[in-house]
Amino acid sequence: MSAGAVRPAIEGWYTLEAPAHLIGARCPCCGSYFFPPLISQCRNPACTGGPLEAVKLSRTGRIWSYTNACYQPPAPYVSPEPFVPFAIAAVELAAERMIVLGQVVAGVDVAQLRVGMPMELVLETLYREADLDHVVWKWKPLEPPP
Amino acid sequence: MSGEVAVLGVGMHPWGKWGRSFIDYGLQAARAALADAGVRWEDIQFVSGAATMRCGYPGYVAGASFAQALGWQGAEVNTSYAACASGSQALAAARARILSGACDLALVVGADTTPKGFFAPAPGNRPEDPDWVRFLLGITNPTYFALYARRRMDLYGATVEDFTAVKVKNAAHGAVNPNARYRKRFTREEVLASAMVADPLRLLHVCATSDGGAAVVLASEAYARRHSRQAPRIAAISTVTPRFASREVEMPDIATDSAAAAASHSFRASIAARAYEEAGLGPEDLSLAEVYDLAASMELDWYEYLGLCREGEAEGLLRSGATAIGGRIPVNPSGGLACFGEAVPAQALAQVCELVWQLRGAAGERQVENASAGITVNQGLFGHGSSVILKR
Repeated sequence: MSAGAVRPAIEGWYTLEAPAHLIGARCPCCGSYFFPPLISQCRNPACTGGPLEAVKLSRTGRIWSYTNACYQPPAPYVSPEPFVPFAIAAVELAAERMIVLGQVVAGVDVAQLRVGMPMELVLETLYREADLDHVVWKWKPLEPPP
Repeated sequence: MSGEVAVLGVGMHPWGKWGRSFIDYGLQAARAALADAGVRWEDIQFVSGAATMRCGYPGYVAGASFAQALGWQGAEVNTSYAACASGSQALAAARARILSGACDLALVVGADTTPKGFFAPAPGNRPEDPDWVRFLLGITNPTYFALYARRRMDLYGATVEDFTAVKVKNAAHGAVNPNARYRKRFTREEVLASAMVADPLRLLHVCATSDGGAAVVLASEAYARRHSRQAPRIAAISTVTPRFASREVEMPDIATDSAAAAASHSFRASIAARAYEEAGLGPEDLSLAEVYDLAASMELDWYEYLGLCREGEAEGLLRSGATAIGGRIPVNPSGGLACFGEAVPAQALAQVCELVWQLRGAAGERQVENASAGITVNQGLFGHGSSVILKR
């Protein structure tokens, strides 16, 4: 990432220190997870629940499906000039048994992706404004261990 | 549910990009439905409007707006909002009113005037709203359609040729539908030459947004009998919500439910399952289906969610020709969203209009032979299921 101050594009949805994690909510009673962490009570109808606790979600998972954005999305998306297409992945987290969407890191195209492929979570610039890098979580193909 | 409700009349304002008020479309559709039913507006006791909300403007797309346009006559009124499923909920409200004995005649209306381009969220800075955040991330509606399409390709061997074949089939159906916006018999080459929107989906695989209006006149069994009217009957209306943990990646969500502590359920399969249960019918009893092809590839998903074939077999069903008019179970004989484009609160009612014409044997060149029962299915944002079964 280039020099310049860094701030989260969305506050409170992910950790900023490496390695990055999404911050979810977990029900201490039944063990269900929720993302984004915007709710206060468990939504499992079979759970009598209590307050949810903030937890770091698994930072790796497998691709459920993927696509890309070939057209510039409408605001609030902030586009570079000119618009640069990007890939998007839906990644299934094994322990949480949930699927989380996100952009795929710059430079990785749909041709390099497939269903079932292992991915990891990283932070990357979503947009740059007034010398500030607004970072967000993105999915990156997991490098095999050396 | 006891008793039956008859669909006496249906009417539509043709789909297009007319740029007029939604009231105009609803009014024309309502008058056409009343004329079709042979019922005077003054005799309607209940008006049920299908509403939408977009870019923060309030839902003045409402039952009372249509009642005023038709001329205030004192009827009681209802407005239903369920995103793309609004029409089915407005229909369900009218049916419940009739079945309760509170009225004999009801008018259901849905109409919309849509903005150009991608549906976009209301302006402002709303990080607490996942629908706003997904646009910040560049995740548009076609993103979701493409995720489903790509999964079919990697899991079931679907090809872009299959998605294109759905579009070409529906274009042929819609070419002879006077209410369709696009009445062009698109060729495979034209579809494949259109711009890529969200890989693997091209512009002509994805439905447009349209202006349009649709209306339905419902009557109690007693009224239909008294007036010696043969009319299709409503066998079921499903307006189910999902069950936790819902497994499908749903627009506008960024994540699914977690199935870590609860069984995983398919919301989409549950929509038609509820309708079949209420109707006492199954997929084998159907003559036709109108499904929500927001993208051509999603028609294939619906074959499976409706039980027309097993999971992973939709491509085979399509390739066999079974889902074209003349086949075993024609799907989207109206031309579907591929030929209409989406006019959100009118769309579920437009599906019902097509079933009625088909069951009457009045669908002209797109007639499904000996149609005796049909199903509609669609899904509205935020967990709104919608399926209607009509029988002759």
